[in-house]
Amino acid sequence: MALPVRYSFRNALVRWRSTLATVLGIALVVFVFVLLQSLAAGIEKSSGNTGDPRNILVVRKGATAESASLISRENFQQIQYFEEIARTERGEPIISADVLVLINLPRRNNGGEANVLLRGVTPRGMELRPQVSLVAGRWFTPGKREVVVSAKLARRFANFDLGESFRSGSAQLTVVGWLDGGGSAFDSECWLDADEARAIFERDMYSSFLIRPKDKVSGTNLIARIENDRRFKLKAEKEVEYYRKQTMTAAPIKWLGGFLAVMMSVGAVFAAMNTMYAAVGARTREIGTLRVLGFRRRAVVVALLIEGGFLAFLGGGLGCALAFYWNGYTTATLGFETFSEIVFQFRVTPLLVIEGLFFAVIVGVIGTLLPAVRASRLPVIVALKSV
Amino acid sequence: MFVRFMAAEAEEPIVQIRELFKVYQQGEINVTALNGISLDIARGEFLTLMGPSGSGKSTLLHIIAGVDRPSSGSCHVQGIDVTALNESELADWRNHNVGFVFQTFNLIPVLTAYENVELPLLLTRLSSGERRRQVQTALELVGLADRQHHLPRQLSGGQEQRVAIARALVTDPSLIVADEPTGNLDSHSAQDVLTILQSLSRSAGKTVIMVTHDPKAAAYGSRSVHLEKGELSN
Ligand SMILES: Nc1ncnc2c1ncn2[C@@H]1O[C@H](COP(=O)(O)OP(=O)(O)O)[C@@H](O)[C@H]1O
Ligand SMILES: [Mg+2]
Repeated sequence: MALPVRYSFRNALVRWRSTLATVLGIALVVFVFVLLQSLAAGIEKSSGNTGDPRNILVVRKGATAESASLISRENFQQIQYFEEIARTERGEPIISADVLVLINLPRRNNGGEANVLLRGVTPRGMELRPQVSLVAGRWFTPGKREVVVSAKLARRFANFDLGESFRSGSAQLTVVGWLDGGGSAFDSECWLDADEARAIFERDMYSSFLIRPKDKVSGTNLIARIENDRRFKLKAEKEVEYYRKQTMTAAPIKWLGGFLAVMMSVGAVFAAMNTMYAAVGARTREIGTLRVLGFRRRAVVVALLIEGGFLAFLGGGLGCALAFYWNGYTTATLGFETFSEIVFQFRVTPLLVIEGLFFAVIVGVIGTLLPAVRASRLPVIVALKSV
Repeated sequence: MFVRFMAAEAEEPIVQIRELFKVYQQGEINVTALNGISLDIARGEFLTLMGPSGSGKSTLLHIIAGVDRPSSGSCHVQGIDVTALNESELADWRNHNVGFVFQTFNLIPVLTAYENVELPLLLTRLSSGERRRQVQTALELVGLADRQHHLPRQLSGGQEQRVAIARALVTDPSLIVADEPTGNLDSHSAQDVLTILQSLSRSAGKTVIMVTHDPKAAAYGSRSVHLEKGELSN
């Protein structure tokens, strides 16, 4: 008993000049929504993507970030011989004591300065992080004041090209290579030798331990053992879990995206309403004719809702397409914990596109509701007599 | 002719109107559009309703066709009192029993000739194959089978009105109502339309009721009634 959908589709398209503003308005709303959510998705991916599920990360209890954590050498001596820790063929425990330092460096093109996370890492630590690969140059040689920077950071910071150098702490560090973190949090780091880092920055303490336990059970035991030992004030957890918790930083962006989208959608609903009132007003006699032919009020309402929903769907599609243009685009934000530059990519996921389109259709349908009901309420005879 | 005459006399009139009043309230004053009309229309008749503008022709036609309601009186069509049906019953009844032709054609601009004619059939239980056959037949009957994929704006006024007639008869209704169907047409197209309406009553046995104020158009009908200030005047 319904009108054919092509009736709704063609009506939506035939008046494209008058509906363009509405379509663009809805496109803008969806664009903002999808873009901000894709930003959050990008941040989530870079944190959720980081780490090896087998590894255990140890930081100081209460430290909000690895860079804000301090662990004594004494603790290192005690923990490294725990039997839960896996060993190399030569019998060395697989544990990396890293040092993290935040340093302030100039951006490219006089873009001001920003914090960069510098990781002093041991050869063991590099093995424990297979996500990180070298994409240009070579790895650093310990003792030579050399550093390998993230390729994504290199595009944003001055003096990060191969062969260039920058001053930091007591030393002049030379960039010898670019690393790629595979979309993980390591994309926001620069690596150099751990002992050298402690010397340059006069650090007696470590920041974190990254440990490979013998097996799953040993891992669970190790976490319990470190956490329960009164001598340590340390927090041990799976590396992937630690980074997943850093995802919290994406929450404000998600919230902002949702808030902006809701506020803007109120405007979009009124735009859609305006358009559909005009559409319905211009088609009073046509709607009367449909009723005379035997179509019910309900059929008219449904046809108009489909029309409004379809219009909005077009806007939503346009918004998604615009947002998709930024898909994979690398950008950076300040980490809320470290205030260091965190790089990540916009991720327009299929789910986001579906959400954006759904959101658009809802806006269109809500905007069409009142005009559609008004049109269907007209007595048949009145609709027929109007010109 | 003789046989049809006999049959018409033996049968009940298809439309029986008794003491029909329609009064519009316009603020303080009442406008009486229909002032006690009683009229029988036989099956197969081509009745023309004539009279000056504002005499109530459209109002009467709308009540017979079930799109308007009288203030009082009854209107039976094929034994059913249409004034007693509720809105959705009326919608179904119109769909099955009445074909409409309007002065302004009232085709749906975004639908092709074929789709316009098919519209009333979408409310029936016919399969798409059966619908296709009926739409083709109706379009052939008005001589526009070759224009079925054209949009209304790609057709001339006369062609549009013929598509509208095809739409009116595609459900095979017993009653076809037309409100000044030639009012917007040149005389040549008007002749085409009138000839089709005439043949619908003569060869297809449809009852056609047409409002017109053109005596030349009225000449195509089998009977003519005149309205004057809401009353029949003969
Ligand atoms: N909705 C209405 N409200 C008030 N008066 C109306 C309305 N519709 C029709 N009328 C009046 O009823 C009378 C008959 O109208 P109508 O049947 O359209 O006449 P015709 O078709 O013969 O020109 C006219 O006087 C007209 O002004
Ligand atoms: Mg009239």
